[in-house]
Amino acid sequence: MSDIMLHIKNGIVIDPKNGVNAEKMDIFVKNGKIVEESEVSGEVKTIDASNKLVVAGGFDMHAHIAGSKINVGREMRPEEMRTVRLIAGKFRASIGRVLLTSPAIGYEYAKMGYTTAFEAAQPPVGALHTHEELDAIPMIDKAALPVFGNWHFVLKYVAEKDFEKLRAFIAWALERTKGFGVKVVNPGGVEAWMYGGNCKSLDDEVPGFGVTPREIITALIQETENLNLCHSVHLHCNNLGTPGNYETTIESMKLASKFSNEKRQVLHVTHVQFNSYAGSSWRDVASGAAEVAKYVNSVDNITIDMGQPIFGHATAMTGDAPFQFTLHKLTGARWSNKDSEIEGGAGIVPIAYLPKNPVHALQWAIGLELGLLVDSDKVVLSTDYPNGGPFTEYPYVMAMLMSKKMREKELERVSPYVQKATNLPSIDVEKTLYEVIHMTRSLPARVMGMDSKGHLGVGADADIAIYDLNPLEVDPSNDFETVYKAFKTAVYTIKGGEIIAKEGELVKEVWGRTFWVDARNKAAMDAIESDLDDMFEKYYSLQRVNYGVEEAWIKKPERLVMG
Amino acid sequence: MAEELVNVICTFCGSVCDDVLFDVENYKGKKFCKLGSGKFSPKERIKSPMIDGKEVSYEEAIEKAAEILVNAKRPLLYGWASTVNEAIRLGVILTEKVGGIYDQCASVCHAPGTLALIEEGVPGGSLGEIKNRADMVVFWGSNPLEAHPRHPMRYSVRAKGLLIKDRKDRKVVVVDVRKTKSANMADLFIKIKPGYDYPIISALRAIIKGEESAVPSEVGGVKKELLKELADMMVNAKYGAVLYGLGVTQSRGRDRNIENAIKLIQLLNRKTRWIIWPMRGHYNVVGAGEVPAWEAGYTYAIDFSRGYPRFSPGEFSANEVLQRKDCDAALIIASDPVAHFPRASVAHLKKIPVIQIDPFPNMTTLVSNVVIPSAVAGIEAEGTAYRMDGIPFRVKKVVETEYWSDEQILEKMLEKVDQLMG
Repeated sequence: MSDIMLHIKNGIVIDPKNGVNAEKMDIFVKNGKIVEESEVSGEVKTIDASNKLVVAGGFDMHAHIAGSKINVGREMRPEEMRTVRLIAGKFRASIGRVLLTSPAIGYEYAKMGYTTAFEAAQPPVGALHTHEELDAIPMIDKAALPVFGNWHFVLKYVAEKDFEKLRAFIAWALERTKGFGVKVVNPGGVEAWMYGGNCKSLDDEVPGFGVTPREIITALIQETENLNLCHSVHLHCNNLGTPGNYETTIESMKLASKFSNEKRQVLHVTHVQFNSYAGSSWRDVASGAAEVAKYVNSVDNITIDMGQPIFGHATAMTGDAPFQFTLHKLTGARWSNKDSEIEGGAGIVPIAYLPKNPVHALQWAIGLELGLLVDSDKVVLSTDYPNGGPFTEYPYVMAMLMSKKMREKELERVSPYVQKATNLPSIDVEKTLYEVIHMTRSLPARVMGMDSKGHLGVGADADIAIYDLNPLEVDPSNDFETVYKAFKTAVYTIKGGEIIAKEGELVKEVWGRTFWVDARNKAAMDAIESDLDDMFEKYYSLQRVNYGVEEAWIKKPERLVMG
Repeated sequence: MAEELVNVICTFCGSVCDDVLFDVENYKGKKFCKLGSGKFSPKERIKSPMIDGKEVSYEEAIEKAAEILVNAKRPLLYGWASTVNEAIRLGVILTEKVGGIYDQCASVCHAPGTLALIEEGVPGGSLGEIKNRADMVVFWGSNPLEAHPRHPMRYSVRAKGLLIKDRKDRKVVVVDVRKTKSANMADLFIKIKPGYDYPIISALRAIIKGEESAVPSEVGGVKKELLKELADMMVNAKYGAVLYGLGVTQSRGRDRNIENAIKLIQLLNRKTRWIIWPMRGHYNVVGAGEVPAWEAGYTYAIDFSRGYPRFSPGEFSANEVLQRKDCDAALIIASDPVAHFPRASVAHLKKIPVIQIDPFPNMTTLVSNVVIPSAVAGIEAEGTAYRMDGIPFRVKKVVETEYWSDEQILEKMLEKVDQLMG
């Protein structure tokens, strides 16, 4: 955090959380926070933002940026590392095409005006590894979501309907992993994979536990709400990547219907593109996005993110181990798998999205359909990096959402299958700049329950991006190339009050904070003590005393105590 | 003196046993295997930092080391397998800064597995999964009883878990070129001819695919009937694990052997559940690959001479660099190449300035111009290490020492290098 004071002068501000829509305003920064004008005095650095767009720093709430998955991806794909982004000098060498090294991740987010990114799947037993990698990423604030949906403790407590213990277990696990919230990946399905199976519907029984995905999801939502965590359950649905799966997705969403929370959604369903397929096989697969969008729009307790594919190289990496095996069989590509203790698993498979491939084009179109058809207040922009593609292409997605013309141009180069299998060609919606700024800043911050992020109101973190774009003059519908170019490279990226990147060049290396959530005061922690001892003794390959991450081992931890 | 037993994490082999106890008063381990006991017993140490055999302070030795690295055109920074991630990370940054070559012990042991991973991926799992679920374990070219003595008990043979309640619930097979100590604990020992791993794995694949007619009556010294029996056992296992060692990576075929074995696992997963995993040697040789992967994109044989990392095994791996006389200085940390490398490699090491960082004197000490003793991680210094299956542990500091940790030494060296480079 900087003690330099800043005066960002004459910028055109879009700040959806505070209802500011393209107003000429000055922003003042002191001690890393946004303050009133009266707070700054003396030596103040002025940035002239005349005719430029001033917004909060971008917030990527779902990306795979740290931990064993991305690292195995790097090890498996040295071909990914042959793109040189920066030669070592004042800053670290930075390389990577889609899979970036840790320094490169921080640098590229910074250059694009992003200041926060969350790792969306942390294997709990590997939490220390995830944090080591998060600590190696410069420039941005970060956090990690541990996975719960196949953890034997969860399966056991749900089977026993012992929700008090489940609640305490979530609090224990978040503290031990220094995690931020409850991620659920293919609940029950990964446990079934240990026997070569999967849970494809909400009512498939998890082998050995007598519970179903429906029960797991419901119980986890219930106890996440009882703990009043800042983020809701973050669900990667069952049946991912399968034709006809949109029905499972909607059915899963319905499980949230009996819960409510004034401040945020009670269920965030992630990378929904991969879960919005209609049809009965890959021969007749079609888009189910319209149905999913209709459901999400009809309720007020669910948010989603897009999982937008970008044409070109990507690497599929999820905790959804059985799906990754299916993908390996489908594509014949390399396959890594990691069954992890009694907690779950993971898989990694290289993939390239080709515009002329009917399925890939369909996936691309479905992502956009979701972005266009779902209320801007309920859909966050994401590529599920690196599953759908690089986060560095967020500006492409932003521009596409704002310009039908750009979409029409892109549609000309993709497989004609999209014309009959999706609604994309007939969608006239053009999101406004205001909406797209919301989808990349204020909304993800709200979804993650981060009050100090995603906006420019007094008291917010001074994470600010300035773009060479005048919202009062630009017409994103026609000037899509200008919009794309402007969002690719921020004129200024300011992190915690410090200028870290300027016009695509790095200015200063800073180290962001790692947020974690402490909810132990909201549960009877003693209730699970003997179970923890017992399960560790019997089923783990390490001692309980050596499990987890201490705050002191993290570079800049920030504990958020749940009230 | 009274016993004061504390829980420590063993920093000898890749099993990283975390249930062992250490008597800090009497400097004696409990529950350790022989190998771990050795490390956790009092041993001869390098007494002081030295330049050309003369005792100096840490500051002087580090300054000299920094000068050597900065003045070198292309230094080799090698070792890393027996230190913690925090030190390895600084080592990668240091190598990047001085435009050198980063290489680590895997380049002479398990790197063929990395090459196979690049070709096929690695369908693996953690040791806890093997303990809980594996009803069949195949040790292929590995000898856990002698190389990882507590592995069978803790994870893979006698370990009890969710589905495995008794040793009888698990079939153990050892495949090797000779009857090792580990073969005695197996239900089935298959002795193969040296260098015949590849054809034997191919034969198993053929049998499992239903093309057994393509298999001759004997492959690599193993009768077809026995191969059929093994294939049958594999297909009928509910959850199997192949745990391979240097017998596979360092015999004829090297990475192609592992590639073939991974293809076998891919095939088996179409019928049942199987995983494959290397039996890694040093306690943090995994970290010596993981850390550079996230910092610089690759796990070993990384050259930074152009200002960005380049990966080329067989070109930038330590032995090749040394034998080509393609480095003009070396920093050796947490390893002993002079004792293990071929004579031609050692010959070059003897000609160039060598810096050694290690707690214990070894053969490499004899050729080193600058010797910097360090604290023993897991006893005198803490830090992160990855078990052979990638599970991270924070190894502990339980004894106070005057020795600097690897992390401290490298931090200071980086600082000095920065100063010298301006």
